[in-house]
Amino acid sequence: MSKKTYKLEAKDLNAYYGSFHALKNINIQMEEKAVTAFIGPSGCGKSTFLRTLNRMNDYIEGFRVEGDILLDGRDIYNRTVRVDELRKEVGMVFQKPNPFPKTIFENVVYGLKIQGIKDKKVLTETAERSLRQTALWDEVKDKLDKSALALSGGQQQRLCIARALAISPSVILMDEPTSALDPISTAKIEELIYELKEHYTIVIVTHNMQQAGRVSDHTAFFYMGELVEFAKTRTMFTSPKHERTQNYITGRFG
Amino acid sequence: MTNSELNRLKDKAFQWFGIFCTLIGLVVLGIFLINILIDGLGRIDWEFLNNLPSRRAHRAGIYTAWIGTLWILTLSSLIAFPLGIAAGVYLEEYGKKNRLSNFLEVNISNLAGVPSIIYGLLGLEIFGRVFGLGGSLLTGALTLALLILPIIIVTTREAIKAVPRSIRDASFALGASKWQTIWYQVLPASFGGVLTGVILALSRAVGEAAPLIVIGALAYVPFAPKSPLDEFTVLPIQIFNWISRPQAAFATNAAAAIIILLIITFTLNGIAVYLRYRWQKRVKW
Repeated sequence: MSKKTYKLEAKDLNAYYGSFHALKNINIQMEEKAVTAFIGPSGCGKSTFLRTLNRMNDYIEGFRVEGDILLDGRDIYNRTVRVDELRKEVGMVFQKPNPFPKTIFENVVYGLKIQGIKDKKVLTETAERSLRQTALWDEVKDKLDKSALALSGGQQQRLCIARALAISPSVILMDEPTSALDPISTAKIEELIYELKEHYTIVIVTHNMQQAGRVSDHTAFFYMGELVEFAKTRTMFTSPKHERTQNYITGRFG
Repeated sequence: MTNSELNRLKDKAFQWFGIFCTLIGLVVLGIFLINILIDGLGRIDWEFLNNLPSRRAHRAGIYTAWIGTLWILTLSSLIAFPLGIAAGVYLEEYGKKNRLSNFLEVNISNLAGVPSIIYGLLGLEIFGRVFGLGGSLLTGALTLALLILPIIIVTTREAIKAVPRSIRDASFALGASKWQTIWYQVLPASFGGVLTGVILALSRAVGEAAPLIVIGALAYVPFAPKSPLDEFTVLPIQIFNWISRPQAAFATNAAAAIIILLIITFTLNGIAVYLRYRWQKRVKW
């Protein structure tokens, strides 16, 4: 057994919505600066699991977690962990682009502003850096004070990624980030994911098998709240261990 | 006649019936407006707006009444606006879904339906007598604030509910607290709706006479109020008073005062419509 430490780790994780058992005994380890993809049919628990990683489910009434989720070896559901601190470390990008109805600039620096950072220089520098990271800078540099809602869907999603990067997280969670986008915008986001993994640990939920194959290093297959199979993406797609996994990735169900 | 012909006929018939129903209200309102304008328009001049009340109809003016109305409007919005929004935000964002919140919810809707004269009695007892504010502007404003509070709470909740979940998620995911999310995202995005509700509530308050009569707002106030603790009158009471007099000249005065009251109400409604339009244009999800 190697003593490797992982960026993110779930140990005997169970989650419930009221009496519904949504996640069953999940054990998984995610490597630093790698892309882990969660796949599985709708309602299999992959999004629920993603949302436990930055505790976005905390606001759902009746939601409850048992077991541990470790970020850099530290349990994020521990009582001493502050949720706002956790979310500075673990950023999130959602299924539908959800920019605030404010200017592009305001969108990018929102995370800094709520931390109380007012220094104009810091804000503008961070905005430019984040927008460059998402290859959006050249497209929007002349209209930073225009509404973010005027951007195209793909641009909006890259803005949302830039917004998440601005607060310098180490992990980025992506919940089907391209499902509302056209193929060209999707390609851009995938390219971006490839570049971002140099600096960030990325976890992505996707319904698109090809996407999981293209962008991820490891893939986890969820079914009915259980983690059926977790392996290197190439291994899983060429020789899945379980029949269910095989059936799902070849499109026979789901 | 075939079945489809019959259906088309029914369709047409209902369309005409609908138009008829819509027009009834408009026609009645139109007749009323024309009537009032004919009666009162000639009476409105600079002196009418600036004269104090008088026993002689041609010298009587509405100065004290419209100053009182403006005072009441300002004071009751200052009281009801923060209270109503705070209550709406609490119920929508913080209130857990349990028996207590259900109870509160049902009763707030009930409050909106309580006759305004009951509010007057409440105001008379609590603000006028217990707090010792008498028949002052403050008593009147507090009473009307109570009256419009349920409307403001309900519209605030509706406006807040219209802010999509995804915006809150985005804010939380960036490390914002609940309060920061409400303050920086939810309230700015719903403010147009909230403001519309407040203005519509105020335009209701501006026309109220009953609760103010109960608390003792007088029709004859020799001087315009100068502080919230002064006695006062408002336009609806002045109108009510003039209409109940036998002389025809006072009826003309009443018509003129009604026109002024309508101008204030329509202006407020106009502002509400404009704000809603602006807000809908700015915020598209």
